[in-house]
Amino acid sequence: MQVPAHVEYEKAASVEHALELLARFGPEARILAGGHSLIPMMKLRLAQPETLVDINGLDELSYLSVVNGSVANGGAPGGELRIGALTRHAQLLDSAIAGELFAILHDAERVIADPIVRNWGTIGGSLCQADPSEDLSATFAALKATLVIRGQQGTRTVPARDFHTAPYETVVAPGEILTEIRIAIRGTHGGQKARGDSKARGERIGSAYEKVGRRVGDWPVGAAGAALWLRGDTIVEAGIGLSAVGARHFAAAEAEEFLRGAAATPEAFARAGEIAAQHCNPSADQRGPADYKRHLARELTIRALRRAKLRAEARPAA
Amino acid sequence: MTGATGPTVAGGAYGPVRRKEDARFIRGRGQFVDDIALPGMLHGAILRSPLAHARIRCVDIASALAHPKVEAVITGETLAGRGLAWMPTLSRDVQAVLATDKVRYQGQEVAFVIAQDRYSARDALELIHVDYEPLDPVIDAERALDPGAPVVRDDLPGKADNHIFDWEAGDEAATAAVFARADVVVTQDMLYPRSHPAPLETCGMVADLEAVSGKLTLWSTSQAPHAHRTLYALVAGVPEHKIRVVSPDVGGGFGNKVPVYPGYICAIVGSMVTGRPVKWMEDRSENLMSTSFARDYHMHGEIAASADGRILGLRAKVLADHGAFNATAQPTKFPAGFFHIFTGSYDLEAAHCQVTAVHTNKAPGGVAYACSFRITEAVYLVERMVDLLARELAMDPAELRMKNLLRPEQFPYTGPTGWEYDSGNYPRALTLAMDMAGYADLRKEQADKRERGEYMGIGLSFFTEGVGAGPRAHMDILGLGMADGADLRVYPTGKAVLAISVQTQGQGHETTFAQIVAQELGLSPDDVDVVHGDTDRTPFGLGTYGSRSTPVSGAAAVIVARKVRERARIVAAAMLEVSPDDLDWADGAWRVRGDPEQSASLAQIAMAAHGSLELPEGVEGHLDAETVYNPPNLTFPFGAYICVTDVDPGTGVVKVRRFIAVDDCGVRINPMIVEGQVHGGLADGIGMALMQVIAFDENGNCLGGSFMDYLLPTALECPSWELGETVTPSPHHPIGAKGVGESATVGSPAAVVNSVLDALAPFGVRHADMPLTPANVWSAIQGRPLRTDLAVS
Amino acid sequence: MQITVTVNGAVYKREVEPRLLLIHFLRDDLRLTGSHWGCDTSNCGACVVWLDDTPVKSCTVLAAMADGHRVRTVEDLERGGRLDPVQEGFAQCHGLQCGFCTPGMMMTARWLLDHHPDPSPEKIREAISGQICRCTGYENIVRSIVWASKHAGWGQPDGEGGTEVTA
Repeated sequence: MQVPAHVEYEKAASVEHALELLARFGPEARILAGGHSLIPMMKLRLAQPETLVDINGLDELSYLSVVNGSVANGGAPGGELRIGALTRHAQLLDSAIAGELFAILHDAERVIADPIVRNWGTIGGSLCQADPSEDLSATFAALKATLVIRGQQGTRTVPARDFHTAPYETVVAPGEILTEIRIAIRGTHGGQKARGDSKARGERIGSAYEKVGRRVGDWPVGAAGAALWLRGDTIVEAGIGLSAVGARHFAAAEAEEFLRGAAATPEAFARAGEIAAQHCNPSADQRGPADYKRHLARELTIRALRRAKLRAEARPAA
Repeated sequence: MTGATGPTVAGGAYGPVRRKEDARFIRGRGQFVDDIALPGMLHGAILRSPLAHARIRCVDIASALAHPKVEAVITGETLAGRGLAWMPTLSRDVQAVLATDKVRYQGQEVAFVIAQDRYSARDALELIHVDYEPLDPVIDAERALDPGAPVVRDDLPGKADNHIFDWEAGDEAATAAVFARADVVVTQDMLYPRSHPAPLETCGMVADLEAVSGKLTLWSTSQAPHAHRTLYALVAGVPEHKIRVVSPDVGGGFGNKVPVYPGYICAIVGSMVTGRPVKWMEDRSENLMSTSFARDYHMHGEIAASADGRILGLRAKVLADHGAFNATAQPTKFPAGFFHIFTGSYDLEAAHCQVTAVHTNKAPGGVAYACSFRITEAVYLVERMVDLLARELAMDPAELRMKNLLRPEQFPYTGPTGWEYDSGNYPRALTLAMDMAGYADLRKEQADKRERGEYMGIGLSFFTEGVGAGPRAHMDILGLGMADGADLRVYPTGKAVLAISVQTQGQGHETTFAQIVAQELGLSPDDVDVVHGDTDRTPFGLGTYGSRSTPVSGAAAVIVARKVRERARIVAAAMLEVSPDDLDWADGAWRVRGDPEQSASLAQIAMAAHGSLELPEGVEGHLDAETVYNPPNLTFPFGAYICVTDVDPGTGVVKVRRFIAVDDCGVRINPMIVEGQVHGGLADGIGMALMQVIAFDENGNCLGGSFMDYLLPTALECPSWELGETVTPSPHHPIGAKGVGESATVGSPAAVVNSVLDALAPFGVRHADMPLTPANVWSAIQGRPLRTDLAVS
Repeated sequence: MQITVTVNGAVYKREVEPRLLLIHFLRDDLRLTGSHWGCDTSNCGACVVWLDDTPVKSCTVLAAMADGHRVRTVEDLERGGRLDPVQEGFAQCHGLQCGFCTPGMMMTARWLLDHHPDPSPEKIREAISGQICRCTGYENIVRSIVWASKHAGWGQPDGEGGTEVTA
């Protein structure tokens, strides 16, 4: 088995301490969370950090909570699902509330890597590795999530769609840590009415993720996630995330634009799929040729929209 | 579930006996090569070429030598000084141990670092600087014989092209005549892409040359320890009686661990140079990129038939990609292995095949991965051709097969390419498989689904293979006849130790061979210990591969046990004061005819033999015996497989819903172990048909160098296998057993591929090559199946 | 750096390089060779052990990350001189051939049964889907785990059966 090059190691006792260590050791220091993205790269010597800052002990970054809507929270009027960056994939998959609110999270987690890797790999780690085929990047794009980044100077938020700047590159600067992912809750989710969000009352949300891989656990050949907020049969808001097909910011913004305000019909979904396929930019590789991936962008977008709609309709009306 | 129809040996020691070897493995106490740690042991690592084809200008090891934990660095130049830079292959070619003039494939061995620990060895590799002058590579086998193609083997005097050999079998003229008068001729090109056995344990060795005695002990992942010992004696100049090769527990072989690899030679030289034990364990990428691959047969098949579906003849032309060195492992007289069994299980008038082998800038190999010496390729070809013929004739593929299968009364059967099949009842096996599958119901379900725009496929494969190489008159590897030995000793208290020359990489020999001896001698398998894998403690033989353990070594075990039993008869006669002719063997003892209570069990006889009982003239005071078994022929297991798949045409995703496998491997010593062997091989079929391939890009970069891209099936891709059995004993094997280790790997890929293509028939898809990945399936539906072995940009 | 790791109940203090992988720490430093490695890319699962009661791929964890934590390996499945029902199940149902993937499979099986005492075959297949076996085609591994689930009391003081093993 291949083994990493020499590296120094520090264990962070708190987020502040982690930030101090990052500042001290400079840009050649890397955060070590689950390590299931970083350590494989280190073993192949594709990544050779000088120092690892181990944050596995930072329980304060591992949580899944629903925060109610309030201006004081700085969050969305309807409340938010907040996921700590150190949350393990398995914990997200196990979380009943996360699955209840946003089924797409469970759909996606179920097809990420394998059950053992999911025990240790973290949400934050996957997002920060920024692989162009990362399933969660498309998932959070569909959900229009917000990411919280903390540095020694303070905290800032970045829309998920602005998080990635290039393959394997994000806006997280060398002295910063991704701490949280926030997903706004709007409208009705099951029995839970959003307080203070009168505009969104009556909306029902459904979401779904569709992935094709060469085998279970493989990176996607193509994948699409969809989130629909429906009032009756009208699409109030749509989120479409795409992975592995070169979609800008892992999103199909043009297709979303088309769907906004439209009736949630098979014809509309078909058209949305076409638009999504038109605007992505897949590359040929061992997983498949470009025309196939472009086809998947269309086909899986349609399937994800279809399932998202069924799930929305299965919720009780407001 | 089993649908047993034939007789099996009832009672006695045969049966689903729990495995004796499990005791250590379930406690984590196996001893695999990497578990071995000797005092003072050093660790080796190999520097490999990043380029597929390049001249070596210089290899600078100064910085590596300066690393504080590095003990030595060996280069091609070092080895050349000892005459060891090149070693013979199993195909009478030579292979570079460490490159001297050129590198000829990506991953080829260039230097060997020996350091105090494995991490330092890995670090030191980065301190070696090699100056390469890149050359154009030959990657596409179909271009290898183009005029002006780069020459891979300019090390061979006078070599000006990439041609290795031509070989043919069958009657070309007779076959041409048959084709000329046939009503229907169907042709198809098909690729059996390069694959890799990928046992879970990679290859490795601990080499320990003890300076004073000169004894060289080699713990190695070898499927053929005695053959390796002989080879090392010839190559390394250490006398053979001073070499001990030990295959301890081996984590899967599948043919990957048959060849001698450069890393082994480097470890041996490393021990010579440093005077300490040296361990070399390859990592997974090295295993996939440089050790013996499998298959890579570019085949052109033709089948000739009458209008009413009688198959008349078969023709095949094959381009075989052997990689940079010809290192295939098969009997010498058969450079294309047993491919000429491609006539399959059918009654044909004539057949002819021709194989041309070429060099390319890829790793050497070709015969591996449970291929039974190219029978995987042969069966795939014929079973695809039969399905294509069925499609052409608008005939059900099961019906077409049933119409043409050899009949029981035709056995022993000599085929058009010279094979003499020993025994078989093919229609019975196919009927059983169809009954188990509910074939008619499946076809009805398929029709109903098609009307609803859903696509399921039912694919068949009927295979005959020849295993148990083989008769020494025409089967040898590097001049060593493929006979195998067995030694049996019985101790005074009636316990026995059987030493055999094949060893297990998971096939359960410690149990099945104990069962064989126990059955013959009226013992419990617990009374028999099986010793294997250590050349100091076992008789010479050619090792475990090609499903030969049961047919050859198993036969040797039966024969040696019967020799012991006959010796025991003489001693028993002396004990009971009767003539040996008055004794019958029954219920685990020699008994006086007419007075069976007057008897002697083996334990009693053993004690007497070693005691003071007066023995007849010429009889020595022991029961021990040895034998070397020279099989008279191969044995011919066969089977009928049916695979049901569901295909999603919108994405190309294939799901294997069911797999029904009826196998006939003759008498089954341990049915539980036989079924386990079949299960494993069926998973291989799914892997090869749907996801596995070692592909390259046009620069010779290996695209299957890790388990991220060389995909192996998991428990989720495999259905719950449905097994059935028939038993047609081998007439020439002492207990009628045939061997089964590779049957499922041989038979299953065609069943899966036929199933998927059956599902895609409404789309007009005629053929697509393995692996049928989602991209390939979808592309085939669009009329453009993918080329799977080469990434063309 | 110095690390303190509790492995199978015993506390070990060792000096290690930060880059040392947990699998190598267990195999080479502690000579617990029951856990194996088979790939470079965290795919094969031959290395599965428990880290604080959670199955992980120990080839993708640094020994340093286990500092102050607990590790459980296959050597710890046998308790009080008796085999665990999972081990018994694998032997009863021919769930192993070469034995190389077996320790990892059994550690995952043990965790699965601790949390889901009566899993369906589908659930079992999902649980082991991150681990490769080259020999068995998985069927008998699934049957072994089902057997263990149905014989949870095997080898226990008031249960039937059981295989005694000496240390």
